[in-house]
Amino acid sequence: MDIAIIFDNIGIYLEGLQTTAWLVSLSLLLGLVLAIPLAVLRTAKSYAVQAPIRAYIYFFRGTPLLVQMFIVYYGFGQFEVIKTSFVWPLFREAWFCALFTFTLNTGAYTTEILRGAIEATPHGEIEAAKAAGMSRLLMLRRIVLPSAFRRALPQYSNEIIFMLHGSSLASVITLVDITGAARIINSRFYSPYEAFLTAAVFYMTLTFMIVFLVKQLEKRWFAHLQPQKTS
Amino acid sequence: MPTRPALIVEDLHKRFGDLEVLKGLSVAAQKGDVISVLGASGSGKSTFLRCINLLEIPDRGRITVGEETVKMHTNRRGLNVPSDTRQVERIRTRLAMVFQQFNLWSHMTIMENVVEAPIHVLKVPRREALARGEAYLRKAGIADKADAYPAHLSGGQQQRAAIARALAMEPAVLLFDEPTSALDPELVGEVLQVMRDLAEEGRTMIVVTHEMGFAREVSSRVLFLHEGRIEEDGPPGQVFANPRSDRFRQFIAAMV
Repeated sequence: MDIAIIFDNIGIYLEGLQTTAWLVSLSLLLGLVLAIPLAVLRTAKSYAVQAPIRAYIYFFRGTPLLVQMFIVYYGFGQFEVIKTSFVWPLFREAWFCALFTFTLNTGAYTTEILRGAIEATPHGEIEAAKAAGMSRLLMLRRIVLPSAFRRALPQYSNEIIFMLHGSSLASVITLVDITGAARIINSRFYSPYEAFLTAAVFYMTLTFMIVFLVKQLEKRWFAHLQPQKTS
Repeated sequence: MPTRPALIVEDLHKRFGDLEVLKGLSVAAQKGDVISVLGASGSGKSTFLRCINLLEIPDRGRITVGEETVKMHTNRRGLNVPSDTRQVERIRTRLAMVFQQFNLWSHMTIMENVVEAPIHVLKVPRREALARGEAYLRKAGIADKADAYPAHLSGGQQQRAAIARALAMEPAVLLFDEPTSALDPELVGEVLQVMRDLAEEGRTMIVVTHEMGFAREVSSRVLFLHEGRIEEDGPPGQVFANPRSDRFRQFIAAMV
């Protein structure tokens, strides 16, 4: 094993880390912003409201992320409508295709996580909110969503980690993320072991950081579920 | 001229599917009335209470709180529905409810529970709401638990916090839906004591309860519901001493 290869080329990895970091955090953020209203609408009684959201979720949960990315990256270019439209400059770029696919993918999973959490809101707490004269929107903002976010957090932290690991697929469509960096080192020095083990260390470190951050958040958010401190 | 009643309920009807739960109930509560609503389970007493603040929508009848009558109309499917959601929300702020299962918001501390609706629904300034919350928590004897979460309290403490939450709305009428039925027997007393204090302050209360002692000693008026109708209505002294209906006689006999 030749560790020197890695130290000499650490810059490529750091660049890759940067790409992974913004790609994952931005798609998680946009996915969450997308998922909140969709999850609320998904609990609506009207089938006409639910049907398109269900179709979206079924598609993105029913197909592999790699296939979705290929459809967007290779497939969209086939359509004249897209090629001649104003979005083409964006869909021509690999980074945008990855961001677009990842956002919709995590958005679908997050919608389902949030929907479950919203539906698990204790019925009595909703009645108490109604009885206090809260409007539907206020109730959603103050009671239902804050309590749903807390319930959703453990599951959502898995989604964050899956998304981080799933983002390695971006390297397939030419992006130099952490995995992309490893592939460059591998092809340049023919040293797969060093190259990919380094990538693994990067991913593992990021994962532990995420786990740590979620734990901090849980400590704050789950105060109401923890045993009382004996002072 | 007598003052306007705090609450008027007229000819309330409600059915769930084939089951007619309320068959035309009318009650007027004067300011300061403490009305105990008694009845066997299934007599419709909880439904009656829940229709008053429109947690259940009555099929027929009029509800008037202070000067305001709830506007209702028949929709396309032939159901009686409130016409003005804003009005329902406004009226609900005048009718605070205390539930059997407390229903405190579990992710908020006791103080946050108490100030939540005053701040966000009534738009009371935060500082004032906190002062108000402090006062009502003290009245409910639970000020020392202001920063605790509901799950950390006993049932009796949670119910007293829920009463403080209802009081913080400074409502015209307090509705109690079997407030002691979910409590361990040794915790019932502390909740009833708080309710007794409120009654003595002259607050208008409607209390669905199984507590005969409370009905007899604290309330100014007792209603006995049977199969969706009011069978007895009068001051506790009169109702308990000379019940007009056999049902009520049997009911009291069974309770003792």
